[in-house]
Amino acid sequence: MTDIKITITDRDGVAHEIDAPTDMNMNLMEVVRSYELAPEGTIGICGGMAMCASCQCYVESDHVLPEMSDDEQAMLAEAFHVEDNSRLGCQLHIHPEMDGLRVTLAPEE
Amino acid sequence: MIKTDILIIGAGPTGLFTVFEAGLLKLKCHLIDALPQPGGQCSEIYPKKPIYDIPAFPEVLAGDLVDNLMKQIEPFQPGFTLGERAQTIDKQEDGSFIVTTNKGTKHHAPVVAIAGGLGSFEPRKPPIPNIASYEDIGVEYIIRDPELYRDKKVIIAGGGDSALDWSIFLADVASEVTLVHRRNEFRGALDSVEKVQELKNQGRIKLITPAEVVDVLGDAHVSGVTIKQGEDTFNEPCDHFIPLFGLAPKLGPIGDWGLEIEKNAIKVDNSLDYQTNIPGIYAIGDVNTYPGKLKLILCGFHEATLMCQSAYQRIFPDKRYVMKYTTVGGVTGFDGTKKEAPKAVVKAID
Repeated sequence: MTDIKITITDRDGVAHEIDAPTDMNMNLMEVVRSYELAPEGTIGICGGMAMCASCQCYVESDHVLPEMSDDEQAMLAEAFHVEDNSRLGCQLHIHPEMDGLRVTLAPEE
Repeated sequence: MIKTDILIIGAGPTGLFTVFEAGLLKLKCHLIDALPQPGGQCSEIYPKKPIYDIPAFPEVLAGDLVDNLMKQIEPFQPGFTLGERAQTIDKQEDGSFIVTTNKGTKHHAPVVAIAGGLGSFEPRKPPIPNIASYEDIGVEYIIRDPELYRDKKVIIAGGGDSALDWSIFLADVASEVTLVHRRNEFRGALDSVEKVQELKNQGRIKLITPAEVVDVLGDAHVSGVTIKQGEDTFNEPCDHFIPLFGLAPKLGPIGDWGLEIEKNAIKVDNSLDYQTNIPGIYAIGDVNTYPGKLKLILCGFHEATLMCQSAYQRIFPDKRYVMKYTTVGGVTGFDGTKKEAPKAVVKAID
């Protein structure tokens, strides 16, 4: 399998079911950028180093995702609009087990 | 007044390499950076992270890359204004520019190269609707002078190192310190977390968790904040509210310089020389944008190289310069050093 289906709800509340490649070493933030689901300059500002929380998203499905690193936890401890199901898209690498994942982009800070 | 040929705003890898390329053209450079040391993000945020896409370096630590760049530009004796942020720019009648920092240091140059990367790191402001109207009248995002808080009631918000450290420090200065954090867990250094716990046990710090400040109260000065804890909302009086949520990259004052901005980056003419819409001001590296832009250090190096050729023509419109390879022309520093390939020995055989 090289592509999986992911549903991403953008900041306007519109749900997009997209194909995400599992063989390109992409993370969720990069997928959002590649499909232009958020304006450039508003997501992945730090380049994907868990430094800005601009790619924060809420995980709506019950997929088992990789545990948070210290960097991700630290960033989410200081970010705004954080919920119990918040994750940083840049820290979620697209993996076959994520097939059917549903996420919603958090509001812009 | 500091005078130079090219004034570089931002001392990250792109800004530093600009010094080398300018030096080959006999142009002097001076760099301004808000951070206290050169290297930009590489030094400040990830000095120990390896970078794998620098040509000829299969792997190099970001901090080592900066060290090497500093060594490479040493012969060109750049000047540095560190720990100050470029605040304003004034175009002079002769087309040159005066850039003044937030601390009032003035710099004069015919060419300005903005190599500001992601921008300057500004305090992250919580999404409290009326907070902006209380800035500097009781809301401060950075503690500049702790004496401001002596014998005052202070509420700090945040859960990281700075929120913990300042809570500990101000416990000895303020009349009352309250720390509000969204979670029960704190992500700071263990020592600091334990110290806050100790101060809380002694009744010297009041802890409100898990909770958030949702409103600021007051008139001519802050008089309190509204705190939401679970389903409850209550007011807590204070003289100062200090949200400490770390730093986030922002374009900063450069965004007000009249430059054409697109997607939080400075638009440049990439078909020619990375010049902005204001002649004489260039933008290179991660801070610029153009069709097909890639935010990579190696692209910043390329942009710096082309920009310097254009800057030379702007400074010396009547001179012709022919690009030379360092293997041919060597490197002659402003400090009198010269590096060049050894000359071939020509000797007749009897």
